[in-house]
Amino acid sequence: MNKTYTYQNPDLIKRSLDTLSKILTKKWAIMEICGGQTHAFMQTGLSGMLPDEIELIHGPGCPVCVTSLELVDKAVAIASSENVIFTSYGDMLRVPGSESDLFSVRAAGGDVRVVYSPIEALQIAENNPDKEVVFFGIGFETTAPSNAISVIKAEERKISNYSMLVSHVRVPPAMHAILSAENNRVQGFLAAGHVCAIMGLAEYFPIAEKYHTPITVTGFEPMDLIRGILETVRMLEEGSTSVVNAYKRVVSPQGNMQAKRIIDQAFVECDRQWRGIGMIPMSGWKLNTVYAQYDAELKFDVENIKTHESEICISGLILQGIKKPYECPAFGTQCTPQNPLGATMVSSEGACAAYYRYGNI
Amino acid sequence: MENNKFENFSCPLPIPLNGQVAIGHGSGGTLTKNLITSVFYKYFHNPILDAGNDFAEISAKGSKIITSTDGHVIDPIFFPGGDIGKLAVAGTVNDISVSGAIPKYLTASFIIEEGFPIKDLDQIAQSMQQCALEADVKIISGDTKVVEKGKADKIFISTAGIGFLKNGLIINGSQAKPGDAVVVSGTIGDHGISVLAARNELGFSTTVISDVAPLNNMIQSVLALTHHIHVMRDPTRGGVATTLNEIAMQSKVNITLDEEKIPIKKQVHAACDILGFDPLYVANEGKVLFILPEREVSTLLKALHAHQYGKNAVVIGSISQSSNSPKVLMHTRIGGTRIVDMLSGAMLPRIC
Repeated sequence: MNKTYTYQNPDLIKRSLDTLSKILTKKWAIMEICGGQTHAFMQTGLSGMLPDEIELIHGPGCPVCVTSLELVDKAVAIASSENVIFTSYGDMLRVPGSESDLFSVRAAGGDVRVVYSPIEALQIAENNPDKEVVFFGIGFETTAPSNAISVIKAEERKISNYSMLVSHVRVPPAMHAILSAENNRVQGFLAAGHVCAIMGLAEYFPIAEKYHTPITVTGFEPMDLIRGILETVRMLEEGSTSVVNAYKRVVSPQGNMQAKRIIDQAFVECDRQWRGIGMIPMSGWKLNTVYAQYDAELKFDVENIKTHESEICISGLILQGIKKPYECPAFGTQCTPQNPLGATMVSSEGACAAYYRYGNI
Repeated sequence: MENNKFENFSCPLPIPLNGQVAIGHGSGGTLTKNLITSVFYKYFHNPILDAGNDFAEISAKGSKIITSTDGHVIDPIFFPGGDIGKLAVAGTVNDISVSGAIPKYLTASFIIEEGFPIKDLDQIAQSMQQCALEADVKIISGDTKVVEKGKADKIFISTAGIGFLKNGLIINGSQAKPGDAVVVSGTIGDHGISVLAARNELGFSTTVISDVAPLNNMIQSVLALTHHIHVMRDPTRGGVATTLNEIAMQSKVNITLDEEKIPIKKQVHAACDILGFDPLYVANEGKVLFILPEREVSTLLKALHAHQYGKNAVVIGSISQSSNSPKVLMHTRIGGTRIVDMLSGAMLPRIC
């Protein structure tokens, strides 16, 4: 029996679900912060197997969904410029901006390319010295180290035609924002395992303490997810609040020191707009002054972008866990993965897309 | 001029073609004829093609005629397990074969980018002929156009096919019935993953080779033994998920798959995990989905297992019920259930 199989073993899963049912005495609303976990809950069918007492609230942990409209519009503007090769992770291409998306820019003749890492984008810059190559640097703490490395390498290799449109966001400030909101319903958190693998656990203790909310660092296989819920429910039922690491095979308490050093070398904390949620103070990273020459927002004239969001889309309420995708009047009718009105319908990690694809049984 | 004598007049020598396709090769003149004779006729020749007309004459002998046409564009044009030529022949052969018909003739139309190496064209034509030979089909007419550099990506091939269907055989997407079993003829996703890796853009390599193959012989050996196949379809672009959704809608039924039973090579699984793809949506070029009554499943599997392209055939699900809102469901490995939707637009890799 290989390891992955163990984490997907139907008997173990059934036993754990039985244990969960036994310790439950009332309803609990638990937020999985990470879009990868939302996807895994739906794709494996696990969400439908959980006891009725557990309400999953899908968090804002999909970097595609929370990238601000303003930055998507800036990306569209830069990608439409002459002499630019615009590179991005694949699922950003379909995210609707105010007027257009990156796919449409490509269809209109723009040079928009899907890459799997910023290092590829850097390579494209090196191979095309007469072009400006821009990488759409989105993501949480997980993608920050590789994005940081791309500008560090650009400087080392004296590549001046490379820049990054940075839209980095951080999980802990978002948890603060959710828990301090007036209409918050979240009682416990599954923290994103891969984010913690980079950053460690230190940032989560003050959150658990301040809001009396248990937090369990959770992985992505079905058994990981159940374990995350079990630990969280155990704390909720006991009335204890702590940070439990249920993903020890990947996450160490101090995180990945080398990755953190690389992030610190290139980035500095900043306020950041989250699509559908609004501005969250100090919730993002931008390039620091040492690497400012690689900041696409400074390199290109995109200061005065006017944005307007679809009036129907309720992705903001969905990202905060206040509404479920099927409570949106446009869900599955006006808004589908083919014709998304909001970003949550685009990425496979977006809650609306996950519901559209896997839910609705 | 010295001694009042003219030098011999001569036209400026044309620049040697360096083994590349030139615009002139698409002119319809001598160059075109040379290219056709030296490359295409060399491999494809048969009495109907050799007649040299712009049309081809065939006779039907009281069967139903099945036709199909397919344009082939692929990057890269050579990939592990095949090339655009094999794909162009096998693709159309398979589209005709899944109707139950026996494919007999193909036509081929080439759109070639100026500068394309003739040795590559030769290799493509050769692999078309090998595939046609295996499928026992003849390429009976064709067309060649050359477009300016940059106006096409190397080479595009459109093939059309003609096949003959025994009267009385009704196999199509609207015949699936509740209680039927769903069988796939082998592992899924091999073609898509091998082509993706061959592009060399994603920084991963794999030992998976494309499954591209003409399936008519296997299908005919199946039809010789079974009598009640309701649906056959090759799950090409959009993969098994999209094909089954199409069938569910055509037949107005729900289809239920069993995740555990779907045959996927370990390497394909791993590549999909890393790249953020779902193997159910990855293209196949040498697989067939069969939908048929439960009682005939063992006969079908026996026939498939005896064939080189059907060795890993297995039941992956069933038609669960008639439905006015047809869908494809899947019992997941861990005991849950989820919807398997159609692919919407291009398959996009996920960020993390």
